[in-house]
Amino acid sequence: MKRILVSLVLMTSLLASFACERRGGIGGDSNVGVIRVGYYGDLSGRTSNFGVSTKNGVMMAADEINKAGGINGRQIEILSEDDEGRPEKAATVVTKLIDQDKVIALLGEVASGNSLAAAPKAQASHVPMISPSSTNPAVTAVGDYIFRVCFIDPFQGEVMAKFAANTLKAKKAAIMQDFNAPYSRGLTEFFEASFVKLGGQIVTKQSYTQGDRDYKGQLTSIRSLNPDVIYVPGYYGEVGVIAKQAKQLGITQPLLGGDGWDAPQLWELGGDALNGDYISNHYSVEDPSPAIQKFVNDFKGRYKIVPDALAALGYDAMRVLADAIKRGGTTEGPKLRDAIAATKDFAGVTGVISINGERNAVKPAVVLKLQDGKYIYQETIKP
Amino acid sequence: MDTFVQQIINGLTVGAIYALIALGYTMVYGILRLINFAHGDVYMVGAFIGYYLAFALGFATGPSLIGLGVVLIGSMIASALVGMAIERFAYRPLRKYARMTTLITAIGVSLLIENLFVAKLGAAPRAFPQLLREQSYTLFGNAAISKSQILIFGVSVVLMLLLQWVIFKTKVGTAMRAVSFNLNSAKLMGINTNMIISFTFALGSALAAAAGVLTAQYNPQIDPLMGIITGLKAFVAAVLGGIGNIPGAVLGGLLIGIAETFVVGYGQNVGIPTTYRDAVAFAILILVLLFRPTGLLGSTVQEKV
Amino acid sequence: MPTLLKRILSAILILLVLFAVDSFMSAQGLFGFGAPPYYARIVMLAGINVILAVSLNLITGFTGQFSIGHAGFMAIGAYSSAYLTVYHAQVWERSLAGIVGGGVAHALIFLLAILVGGLVAAITGLIVGIPSLRLRGDYLAIVTLGFAEIIRIVILNIDKVGGATGFSVPGYTNFVWVGGFAILTVVIVYNIVHSDVGRALVSIREDELAAEAMGVNTTRYKVLSFVISSALAGVAGVLFAHYTQFLSTNDFQFIRSFEIIIMVVLGGMGSLTGAVLGAIIITVLPELLRTLGPKLESGLGYVIGAGNIPPGVHAFLGDLANYRLVIFAALLIIIMLTRPQGVLGTREFGFSWLKRAQRRPEGDLAVGSKGVPIAERKPSVIDQEKDNENR
Repeated sequence: MKRILVSLVLMTSLLASFACERRGGIGGDSNVGVIRVGYYGDLSGRTSNFGVSTKNGVMMAADEINKAGGINGRQIEILSEDDEGRPEKAATVVTKLIDQDKVIALLGEVASGNSLAAAPKAQASHVPMISPSSTNPAVTAVGDYIFRVCFIDPFQGEVMAKFAANTLKAKKAAIMQDFNAPYSRGLTEFFEASFVKLGGQIVTKQSYTQGDRDYKGQLTSIRSLNPDVIYVPGYYGEVGVIAKQAKQLGITQPLLGGDGWDAPQLWELGGDALNGDYISNHYSVEDPSPAIQKFVNDFKGRYKIVPDALAALGYDAMRVLADAIKRGGTTEGPKLRDAIAATKDFAGVTGVISINGERNAVKPAVVLKLQDGKYIYQETIKP
Repeated sequence: MDTFVQQIINGLTVGAIYALIALGYTMVYGILRLINFAHGDVYMVGAFIGYYLAFALGFATGPSLIGLGVVLIGSMIASALVGMAIERFAYRPLRKYARMTTLITAIGVSLLIENLFVAKLGAAPRAFPQLLREQSYTLFGNAAISKSQILIFGVSVVLMLLLQWVIFKTKVGTAMRAVSFNLNSAKLMGINTNMIISFTFALGSALAAAAGVLTAQYNPQIDPLMGIITGLKAFVAAVLGGIGNIPGAVLGGLLIGIAETFVVGYGQNVGIPTTYRDAVAFAILILVLLFRPTGLLGSTVQEKV
Repeated sequence: MPTLLKRILSAILILLVLFAVDSFMSAQGLFGFGAPPYYARIVMLAGINVILAVSLNLITGFTGQFSIGHAGFMAIGAYSSAYLTVYHAQVWERSLAGIVGGGVAHALIFLLAILVGGLVAAITGLIVGIPSLRLRGDYLAIVTLGFAEIIRIVILNIDKVGGATGFSVPGYTNFVWVGGFAILTVVIVYNIVHSDVGRALVSIREDELAAEAMGVNTTRYKVLSFVISSALAGVAGVLFAHYTQFLSTNDFQFIRSFEIIIMVVLGGMGSLTGAVLGAIIITVLPELLRTLGPKLESGLGYVIGAGNIPPGVHAFLGDLANYRLVIFAALLIIIMLTRPQGVLGTREFGFSWLKRAQRRPEGDLAVGSKGVPIAERKPSVIDQEKDNENR
């Protein structure tokens, strides 16, 4: 008994003393040398496609900046950690990046739940964090070091509700949400609120979860209620199949979606069944503007795939950070935070980004129509 | 009415897939008393082998029935080898130890396959090439059934009949039943039990691979983690029908499939949110086990000292 | 009463040690000599995992009932206590602070949260346990797995505790709580195992039918150990919730239940110190594997010269972090194949190890009645026949 106790205490103190490795190089001049930026995301879990795609965008932006001579002559080094898509691990790797790797800023996460778990660590250590694509409003509310470069759920939900009610003249809408994803739940909530305010009616709300294999049960229920449009604010992996199974059931009404639809695989999964559907997005790959076309071509050359919205947002997040370091002339936490907060009219590939008082990006959304593997521009809806 | 018929068709489609996978669980459990946690991953491996076969053999370009047949059978054979390898290298060395040890190893094998696939291929969903020209037929007014659903029903029925024939009409099937009845007596009767166990794994894995390829025709989205939940539910189906009982596995699979679809389709009318879909399989399992611990078709066994 | 005095003294001593370690681990550290937050975090999570592993060991290792739903009970403890601390505790704490002072009120409220979390988990354990413990072996495994999933899905549907987005929780946990409850858990389980109850539990593990024939009320004892185990998992959940300060159902998927089982199995089923060791290894190992690649590369570079590393090896080592979970799974299989009884088997690890030559540690005699770890034991002829007849 006593032995066990003593050995327990001993083991604990042993672990703690192992932990007591002296920190090296504290307080070195933070304005020279390599700029270390931490990236964290799901690189091996169920949502790792999002994490990997974002990382690709971040890496490409960093390499471009380095090739062009770095920021004020300093090179960027990206340190990337995998959080397996688990909130607990997200907080752990962010602690590691800040504490062990001494990163000056963090980029991540995609999923709002993981960003929410990690953001308090960044806030407490005064290390600025830019989330490329966590759209839940609560993320940046964590503190004044937390930013994002994407629009937030209320705006995107509203965009599609406006489009459905005003442009498509829809009166009845059905919703099919990914119940496990805060992203999808957020869009559903705000779409519903806006659509009802605009005089529409939500006839049914169905749910699925990521990894489901069959959606015909929900779609059959929706079919029996005969809505004008079906809002499916999910991720492309499921949405492609949902569109296909909807067509198999003879559902001809357009599906409406969000930026989660945007990925090259969407067309492989959904094919022709996607024709006539609409999505709201940050940007359009088809946009003829030279900046976007250069990004799309460079990305294709580097990774052999068309960049999705997440890659574009990762790319923009890195460039917004680089821009802030350049303007602020420093990588010290508080000053860098102020520089990021002062971002105004930054020309990103996902639109012109200005950071507002809530540390959210204010930028317009575009509505695109899906037709034969192409996204056809419909209209731009401003905040 | 047509909505109801439609939901039944939807439920049976999902159920047929569960049933095919459940057969593998039930056969292995019948012989080794082992929950082969890696079985769901064999289903995933089957789908991926089919995916690569379709591309390697040039069938990915357009629909072709021959291509579908080749991919289906090729994937079944390759997955059978995978299943045999798992048994040979992970389970056989542990057969003399307590069952819990093998169970943990099975969890380890499952994690290994999943993580290896994610590390090598990424977790992004891929689109399985469509080898069947998709078309829907309507019956009972508005109820639609697609070609891929007909394919799932057809192939599952054929495979299940084939399995029944193997088990009851062939020599190796008789040996399987003998081993399942009593492993040691079977050994004493001169049956090569190792060979029979290998064969059982091969058979179960081939059925799981068929389920993988068929489901990929119906729902082209395949990813390295697709086997986790599906495998778990298929196991529940096997227990529900009475583990070790082959018709029971089929019945259990179909029941779970229909129950799930009904929760999604009608649950909201009675106050059950559609999100309880994943919970319903487990809830049914718990209820059945409480009132009929051997499952629906399982025979009662008296435990003796 | 010298024993009582001794116990009080040792309790005070342990608390002092815990406070010392805690101040060492907190953000500023002791006179600037603090542990880096990353290591501090790993130590805290290891402590919480120790509670989980040791409590699961009671039901799995000592009673021989295979439960894979531990994450569910952890979630119940975490969410029920977080509901309390988020919606009610602040008010109570303020009014209590006026009477006993801020620090004490803070501690009392958290103690209350721990009690509530443990209690709710225990009640859930009772509800789950009574029906499902009538089932044997593998059925219990799948039913507990099912219950854990149901619990998770139910929580996901309650918007009051954050639903899918997650639930922000105030921070209360520090090392004194985690270390204290880790030690308390070990003491509780140790005392149970070394009591009449414990002997009944081990008899159930060794042969349930024989135990029943000898007059042991097997269902009652199984439910008892299941409820205690659930309550302790609930406590671990409370500590986890108020340490990470953010709850998401994604943290309670069945992969976590698997992890806890792996801790128990790795350390050795039926060994207390084994479970402690397993918990520490499973917490630390994945983190070590994160930095293994670069470390190996620099080591290799030192030996053969940094420029001489073949590009293939360089790419492999750079990729190693991605194969972290693969290595983890492979390690588990290898351990099972080479040491099926776990690292320690049913042996206990302690100072007596150093004096191994003189006498065998106490654990074997008290716990493994046959002196052979259960996993190592080959089925006897009778066992096999019984097994066969049951088919």
